[in-house]
Amino acid sequence: MNSPSRAFDIQAIRADFPILERMLDPETPMIYLDGGATSQRPRQVLDAEVAFLTRDNAAVKRGAHRMASAATDAYEQARETVAAFVGAPSPDEVVFTKNATEALNLVAYSLGNGDPSTPPALRVGEGDEILVTEMEHHANLVPWQELARRTGATLRWIPMADDFTLDLSDLDALIGARTKVVAFTHQSNVLGTINPVDRLVEAARAVGALTVLDAAQSAPHMPFDVAALGVDFAVLSGHKMLGPTGIGVLWGRYEHLAAMPPFLTGGSMIEVVHLDHSTYAEPPARFEAGTPPISQAVGLAAACDYLTALGMETIAEHERALTDQAVRGLSEIDGVRIIGPSVGPHRAGAVSFDLAGRHPHDVGQVLDSLGIEVRVGHHCAWPLHRRFGLHGTTRASFSVHTTADEVEAFVAGVARTTDFFGGLS
Amino acid sequence: MTVGLNSLYTELVMEHDKRPLHAGLREPFTAEVHHVNPTCGDEITLRLQLTGSGATQQIEDVSYDAIGCAMSRAAASIMADLLIGRSVAEIEPVREHFEAAMGSRGRLEGDEDLIGDGVALLGAAKFPARVKCVLMPWKAYQAALVESQALRS
Repeated sequence: MNSPSRAFDIQAIRADFPILERMLDPETPMIYLDGGATSQRPRQVLDAEVAFLTRDNAAVKRGAHRMASAATDAYEQARETVAAFVGAPSPDEVVFTKNATEALNLVAYSLGNGDPSTPPALRVGEGDEILVTEMEHHANLVPWQELARRTGATLRWIPMADDFTLDLSDLDALIGARTKVVAFTHQSNVLGTINPVDRLVEAARAVGALTVLDAAQSAPHMPFDVAALGVDFAVLSGHKMLGPTGIGVLWGRYEHLAAMPPFLTGGSMIEVVHLDHSTYAEPPARFEAGTPPISQAVGLAAACDYLTALGMETIAEHERALTDQAVRGLSEIDGVRIIGPSVGPHRAGAVSFDLAGRHPHDVGQVLDSLGIEVRVGHHCAWPLHRRFGLHGTTRASFSVHTTADEVEAFVAGVARTTDFFGGLS
Repeated sequence: MTVGLNSLYTELVMEHDKRPLHAGLREPFTAEVHHVNPTCGDEITLRLQLTGSGATQQIEDVSYDAIGCAMSRAAASIMADLLIGRSVAEIEPVREHFEAAMGSRGRLEGDEDLIGDGVALLGAAKFPARVKCVLMPWKAYQAALVESQALRS
């Protein structure tokens, strides 16, 4: 494990990521600016998974042999590490899922699965309202559309303002007595906008609505504390925070989880099973049906340790400087329109842009020829792009291992893209 | 850097992207289809006008509105130019050859006599992520053909 006061030495950090040595072809080193889609994993995470799999691997929470205990201990230790990382008062508030999308679906399905014994606040039905925002990733939009369709509830959304922040001017009209859920992203995966969580939580609390925070893009890049944020639920993605794929996290207030019906059912989540009915385990087990992603949980805990050792405030500062550099650099290129707010404390390290209407696939293709790996398309936020009259954007996203030289190469690459297509109009 | 890139964005592709042939939606048409590539959001609306029937069925017009990258727009332009004025039967081997070459990762060289300007698109065969961009207009044509024939039978 890292010592908690590790200095932010960018070259030492880069040495932790074996993939950064990769050449795309004999002349072209790889510049990875797509951590927003999936992050690369440091040796510490890879080693933790291998150590678990070569020493302690077994099915968790079943079997009486010593290996089963060792694996269960490792899995539960991972839960404690993740709980500490997100500032949860108890590890029992941490549910491991297969990804952030499943975590959001878990909440959306559970809120529609209640019966008369379920507390009304945890039951969405006809006449209720669900509030989302126009900037959501499809993962925090479609599950709520579906919950509304299944239950007869109404879906509403907070619109975007022209400055790429949420337009909260009509918030009082959008949140009311019928509002049961307010689901929103902490940080836009396209715009880099960091949303005013406190303001939305306050408005939701005033009407007794639950808040669901999509923290997939924020938690890996800034100090993150569910207790301080005051939300009711938050979801994280393992593979966007230097951890493995196949694991996500739902954090929820224990009082809610304890009163919520299950989403997926089957083994491991039961209390007593009869042929015609069953009762269910207490959280978090109630929400972890089937064999969970065990080695992934171990890897995710190692990723949390890695980030914590670097210091989340230090990481945020590092990425803010890179964002600043990228935004300023791109702004000087003719034809570039940055799709995101101006730089500042409410702007994180995802920089999307349009290049004179040139299709983002074409822009990304030229950048890839230079070894610069960026994301192109609608980034699973189609309504957001439509709002700004765009079919897609090109996005660079920064990570702990990104250097100022790489950002410079990226900006120069965008300028060369303009030259390559020539006469952009 | 641009060695691979120039095999993708050939002069012909750039020309078709800038000045696409037969673009725009026209009447009359026997079928209209709308295809979307959900990963990138590219869209094509394609209209097909067939005349005659059976073995002599003729493609009188192909008109389209394509939103997409240079590759997909050029592919629509080149395809429309290949199809218009030919019979459905004579286009079948053209389509099959083009699809086979696009799916060959560059192993199959295109026959210019068969697919004309289509050879300029074959650079994309070595970029697996771009193959679907180039094939989208052809998938739309096939769907429009099936729909036209169902309506006319």
